[in-house]
Amino acid sequence: MKKTNRIFTIIIFIFLYIPMIILAVASFNKGTDIAVFKGFTFRQYENLFKDRTLLTLLRNSLIIAVLSSLIATVLGTAAALGIYKMRGRMRSAVMAVTNIPMTNPEIVTGISMALLFAFIGSMLRMNAILGFWTLLIAHVTFNLPYVILNVMPKIAQMDENLVDAAMDLGCSPIQAFFKVTIHEIMPGIISGALMAFTMSLDDFVISYFVTGSNFVTLPVEIYNYTKKPIQPKIYALFTLMFIVILIMMSISNILQGRDKNKKLLRRTNR
Amino acid sequence: MKNKWLSGPYIAWMLLFTIIPLGVVVYFAFTDSATGSFTLHNISEIADFLPTFLRSIWLSIAATVICLIIGYPVAYYIAHCEPRKQRMLQMLIMLPMCMSFLLRTLAWVALLEDTGIINSALSALGLKTLPLIRNNGAVILGMVYNYLPYMILPLYTVIMKIDPRLIEAAQDLGCNRKQVFSKVTLPLSVPGIVSGITMVFVPAVSTFYISQKLGPSDTVMIGDVIEYQSKKANNMNVGAAMSLVLMILIFICVGIMNRFTNESDEESMVTL
Repeated sequence: MKKTNRIFTIIIFIFLYIPMIILAVASFNKGTDIAVFKGFTFRQYENLFKDRTLLTLLRNSLIIAVLSSLIATVLGTAAALGIYKMRGRMRSAVMAVTNIPMTNPEIVTGISMALLFAFIGSMLRMNAILGFWTLLIAHVTFNLPYVILNVMPKIAQMDENLVDAAMDLGCSPIQAFFKVTIHEIMPGIISGALMAFTMSLDDFVISYFVTGSNFVTLPVEIYNYTKKPIQPKIYALFTLMFIVILIMMSISNILQGRDKNKKLLRRTNR
Repeated sequence: MKNKWLSGPYIAWMLLFTIIPLGVVVYFAFTDSATGSFTLHNISEIADFLPTFLRSIWLSIAATVICLIIGYPVAYYIAHCEPRKQRMLQMLIMLPMCMSFLLRTLAWVALLEDTGIINSALSALGLKTLPLIRNNGAVILGMVYNYLPYMILPLYTVIMKIDPRLIEAAQDLGCNRKQVFSKVTLPLSVPGIVSGITMVFVPAVSTFYISQKLGPSDTVMIGDVIEYQSKKANNMNVGAAMSLVLMILIFICVGIMNRFTNESDEESMVTL
């Protein structure tokens, strides 16, 4: 039973990774047709780093991802601390609102925000309101729930006595917050921020609806590319991003593993 | 420093950018694009797209069921590995979620095309080529491929948390393997099944790219029609009306699904 399950799991992993392997192989292909491998080359990578517009798009995506995840992390952490103190109806109402961007299909979120911006634009008599700011607002909005849902469990796990102890030892509430609370909930903040960052970097659907032609991110441009014959340097970019994300995830994986070992150790020493 | 009012800015933000936009959708759905007066015209126009709605629902139910059937054994296997291997496999499941789904879908086009990798290989072997792309099966395949991780992760989280002592107790009381599974493991994984189904069905029913690339025409799914109406045909009001209907449909589905779980699982959906 275990053995068949193991083979089945391996097959599914192959299924998940085949398209990505194809793209990685295509990035080293001399020919332009993805279906025929004509020989090994690094030329696509050279082309990629020579392409100014592509690098600008990547920079745009990174700017939006960094800013939106930072803003969402600050707002979301504060919100999580606040929601934790709420009780009853108030709390369930706020949690219901938090769940809206997560349950609503992305296309509806995108359209609803595009309509809001169009509405505001027509009131302010501005024609081209869609661009950097609308994109940033949209990304912060869909990132917020991820931060909150990652931070809340850490607040619940925290020992309230620690804060009291800090204040008994002469900390002001603000000092106690920065010296104790922040440290205790840090793993949640970091994983929330990381998740927000990756979500924002990869988002296509919502960005597609809320951005204009003056500020385009990489995924939106890839969508426009796919209507024309696709340039192989995109595969090179994909392969590089794959490697970066693999490294980032491995690091966080190792850190988490270490964290768990430490906790185990602490528990046995007690 | 734990004060209700800390969430003030957040609540204001969500009101402004989540609640009000939904109100705007309703407003646009019921107004005329030229005059701005109240009309039911947009809603009545949806009737023309009823077959598309039904096809979207049918295709995404098929994709969701396939995801559940192939996702459960994988999640079960991962949950019963040693912790180090579990973390690694979990990472490998999450990694595709972070990569551009546009490009990954395009890779499937390269595989399935009439002159694509599979068909080239078949003709090289002297076999007949197969019509693999531009049909509903290819759309389902694309959706299963893209959304399978969203099924596996919640299932894994729930199966992993099942107390092994419950399984032992069932065995001690005379259950065989099948009974242990159907009486203990499966009922306890219901919350994971529910959130997995929602996390696959919602994006699948509203997708608008996969079907354009792999499907028989450019408007297979309701998402394609919404995109076309609001981006290309510049018909925001009809787009809004369709979004509204799609949203209501999904809230009904999620509501029904949540009936199967009594505990509030506000945290079980996403954690890194």
